[in-house]
Amino acid sequence: MDLAIRIGIVLAEIAAVLGVVLTHVAYLTYMERKILSDMQDRLGPMEVGPHGLLQPLADGLKLFFKEDIIPTGANKIIFSAAPILVLIPALIGFAVVPFGRDSLVIGEFEITPYITDINVGILYILAFSSLGAYGVLLGGWASNSKYSLLGGLRSAAQVISYELPLGLSLVGPILLSGSLSMVTMTEAQGGGFWHWYVITQPIAFVIYMICAIAETNRLPFDLPEAESELVAGFFTEYSGMRFSFFFLAEYANMILVSCIAVVAFLGGWQAPFSFMEFVPPIVWFLAKVYFLLFFYIWLRATVPRLRFDQLMAFGWKVMLPLSLVNVLLTSIVKYFLNQM
Amino acid sequence: MIQSFFFYFAGATIISSILTVGLRSPVYCTLALLSTLLHVAGLFILLHAEFVAAIQIIVYAGAVLVLYLFVLMLLNLKTTETFLKQTWIALFFGVVIFVEILIGLFKSSIMTTNPLEATEAVTAAPIGNTETIGLSLFTEYLLPFEVVGIILLGAAVGAMVLAKKIPAG
Repeated sequence: MDLAIRIGIVLAEIAAVLGVVLTHVAYLTYMERKILSDMQDRLGPMEVGPHGLLQPLADGLKLFFKEDIIPTGANKIIFSAAPILVLIPALIGFAVVPFGRDSLVIGEFEITPYITDINVGILYILAFSSLGAYGVLLGGWASNSKYSLLGGLRSAAQVISYELPLGLSLVGPILLSGSLSMVTMTEAQGGGFWHWYVITQPIAFVIYMICAIAETNRLPFDLPEAESELVAGFFTEYSGMRFSFFFLAEYANMILVSCIAVVAFLGGWQAPFSFMEFVPPIVWFLAKVYFLLFFYIWLRATVPRLRFDQLMAFGWKVMLPLSLVNVLLTSIVKYFLNQM
Repeated sequence: MIQSFFFYFAGATIISSILTVGLRSPVYCTLALLSTLLHVAGLFILLHAEFVAAIQIIVYAGAVLVLYLFVLMLLNLKTTETFLKQTWIALFFGVVIFVEILIGLFKSSIMTTNPLEATEAVTAAPIGNTETIGLSLFTEYLLPFEVVGIILLGAAVGAMVLAKKIPAG
């Protein structure tokens, strides 16, 4: 009985987190279109609902009812599995993100503001996000189209190149907090914004932000789907629900990398000043995540796309050495601070 | 509960490793290998070695195997018959290695101790297993660790030398 209730609580938490994340994903597309149109001096979606607020629902319904086309030359099994392989890693990472501070206690059961706190939380997210590359690569290959294949190959090369500096930039906060757990990492940054790791690890933060954009295949690093040269890259042949899975995964990944950035560098749910702690922690968390999401969209409207050789050279010759130097410096400083 | 997970992971590991060598299409083989690696990571988690499990997925599944797949797709191999002539050599070495593993298993203490009990001693330690790995890597096994580092550096430099074409004249 006890076990059944516990399992029930965990399942309910998973359902709640998934529901909330998917709602945010849907409205992130709306937010992106609205911000982009504002920056480009036009209105954006206005027709469906007041100020186009129901547009994500309309888009979802439209995609749901569209015909699902599988090209004749495609490898059917892998073609069907690829969108799921992209979506699962994007959603599974939310299991370890601590959204708030206080647990809800009902009787002897405790409902925590995170699904689970495993002691290798950050590595767990990195592990699953590295699996997302398979879906893109296989989707591109199984479509049996040269645009898709090129998009898939570009994506694989890009994800491998930028995964290294991404992981190394997170080593800084890991070293400072002495833990791989997202919950402990957040708690280590308490007591004012000057304790946040963005202050002590500015280089790592910049490296992380750049690599996160590259990992999520967003502009200016969206070469896998560069529409002017590859039509739509790895998902050229996809339609209907399968197409929307790739779309969902991209936006879920954006939210996930923002959540990690917030936990590792911006103090998670911590308030910037101690007198501002009357605002619920979850509000701070959301505010920071949305600030980063706005930053991504802003970047998309501002920066042109890189050339592929520039992207590779930048990843291996600038980001990687810089992140290695940062790890070395952080370790040395941390060692001498411990000595004192 | 844990035992049923063990049987699932162990069974899936064996089946997918057989598929890895048994399937004809190189891409399917790579996917079967991916499944093997993921299920081995599951076994590590059952043994309370979360750090090793995460590193296994990040390094092998997330980087090495993606590179394999990348190369396979660049070459766009159809089912290659050229390598199928190796059956007898492969079978011979397979049997030799299998017998070696069996001998090793029966001579060691693994057969007499319950691995789940053995890991409990490790997890009962006051520090986590990530710290334990770090400590033993940089104290007890420092020399092997550095040797591995130098070998890998040599491999990286070698790969660069091989890949870099020196312009004629």
